[in-house]
Amino acid sequence: MADITAQNSAVATRAGRSSLHKLVQRKSTIAFLMALPLILLITILVAYPAGYAVWLSMLNKSMTRFVGFGNFQFLFKRDTFWEVVAQSCLFALTAVLFKAMIGFVVAHFVNNIPTKGQRKWRGMLLVPWVIPAAMSTLSWLWLFDPSYSAFNWIFAHIGLPKISWLGEAGWARFSVILVNVWAGAPFFLIMYLAALKSVPEQLYEAASIDGATWWQRIWYVTLPMMRNIISITILFSTIVTFANFDIVRVLTAGGPLTATHIFGTWAFKVGIESGDIPLGATVSLFMVPILAVAAVFILRDISKRGSEV
Amino acid sequence: MANAAVATAGAPARPVRYGSMSQSRRWALRWSYFFLVLFAIFFLMPPFYMLVTALKSKEEIAAITNPWWVSSPTLSNFIELLTQNQYLIFFRNSALVSICVVVVTMLISVIAAFSLARMKFWGSAALATGVFLTYLIPDTLLFIPLFKMMTFVRELTGIELVNHWWTLCIIYPTLTVPFCTWIMIGYFASIPKELDEAALIDGATWMQTLTKIFIPVALPGIIAATIFCFTVSWAQFLYPLAFTTSTTELVLPVGIVTTLIKGDVFNWGQIMAGALLGAAPPLIIYAFLMDYYIAGLTAGATKG
Repeated sequence: MADITAQNSAVATRAGRSSLHKLVQRKSTIAFLMALPLILLITILVAYPAGYAVWLSMLNKSMTRFVGFGNFQFLFKRDTFWEVVAQSCLFALTAVLFKAMIGFVVAHFVNNIPTKGQRKWRGMLLVPWVIPAAMSTLSWLWLFDPSYSAFNWIFAHIGLPKISWLGEAGWARFSVILVNVWAGAPFFLIMYLAALKSVPEQLYEAASIDGATWWQRIWYVTLPMMRNIISITILFSTIVTFANFDIVRVLTAGGPLTATHIFGTWAFKVGIESGDIPLGATVSLFMVPILAVAAVFILRDISKRGSEV
Repeated sequence: MANAAVATAGAPARPVRYGSMSQSRRWALRWSYFFLVLFAIFFLMPPFYMLVTALKSKEEIAAITNPWWVSSPTLSNFIELLTQNQYLIFFRNSALVSICVVVVTMLISVIAAFSLARMKFWGSAALATGVFLTYLIPDTLLFIPLFKMMTFVRELTGIELVNHWWTLCIIYPTLTVPFCTWIMIGYFASIPKELDEAALIDGATWMQTLTKIFIPVALPGIIAATIFCFTVSWAQFLYPLAFTTSTTELVLPVGIVTTLIKGDVFNWGQIMAGALLGAAPPLIIYAFLMDYYIAGLTAGATKG
């Protein structure tokens, strides 16, 4: 705002009132035109489809008749739906928790070693994030292969029983979470490492002079200083993990039966593969409440950060 | 840093003698390296296993030998893949889509970010927030309505959008533009106002201010956004899986998953070779431009 008034007053002294008014108008017009492609893209390809999904969810399967909340009622009566809800929550919450913890711990380890080596380690540890998820999940699929599993090979050598990684519901749930943690933890690591570096050294010195234990130092110095970054990273990751598709799709495609389906993969299964577009849209809409809550918190954090500066 | 080292090792809080301090620090360092090695093994195991399998012949995979090592490495998997027309088509489609998306996204988002960060108009602040919210809307929510919209377009205009790789050039910007605009707003906002004021006083137009001042000064941000844009379009899996089916229109991730896995016959050597080649472009970019990559990664949450 300040720059506009500054420019305006500068121009005003030179050109007078009337042309100033014209200029302001022209400037905002140019600005609007420059942002127009963005506005069009967002309205046509994001906002409109999002609203259209709501409309779709109220149609019958052949999309000829308006059924109101019929699709929702239908879903509420199905056991599979509740299984998907439970699995989505379990998947997202467990995965985010472990990603955050691993990221936090490993960030400390990287921060401990001499600065010279940090770049190299950070570079290595970020590799899972860089590989496209669909590709890296293929290698996990091969690691979990029923007859050639490389993990089972190791287990056999140390005398442990064979595990049917993707064949049993419990292990399959564990496997999709494991792969998600593997792929997502490096993101937390990078964010937390950046946050750790911004904590002033004096705070730790003051804490240790006051006789704080290592745990107190983390609890009273590190965590409060990183609070903002931790909350934003967790919220971001919650959204992305809830909306996950690639990993579950490639690894189990929702199987065995429907044990590992989450909203995204089940919506794909119902909407595209079985051809019931309205029902698929209904399933995917169930992600909205979670996304909305996370988005509200992120926006609050970001505006708070903005007003602090 | 030393304090953090002590903190993780759980050493006594108050160093009594200097010697014990440096000793506990040494132990903290050793433990740090020990755990870092463990985590590095965990994080790098799948890519390593990918490489090992890609170098194996069919016979060696079928004979259950040590899966973690290759006794007679061969490039036959890579050669077979690269002489197959199909795989090359996937690669070409992926490259064309990604380059196209990068160009479109950067044109839209740099210009829009400049207008939102510097010029401002009625509702521009709300629009900036809206852009950020758009970034939070996931692809799993949009693919079904988008799919349905494509049939509408066909009925209205006769243009078939489903099952063409170029459709992805229209769809992918929904994933990349909001984020790129958001981080470019952050980068542009950090440029001192005196710079563009001076240019305006010298008689530069808004476009000249953008191309002669903002783009050169914010170049690191633009590189970071470009890398982000490329990796996202290269890795996108859901949209091509939903919108393309015939083998000449598939992009790499979907192509590998759907065509190399034929029924129950898994040709793992080729799948791993294909996945490795598919992961190569983002990995190469990352290897050479790591700092920009990480800047882009952290900018999303820290800028604003």
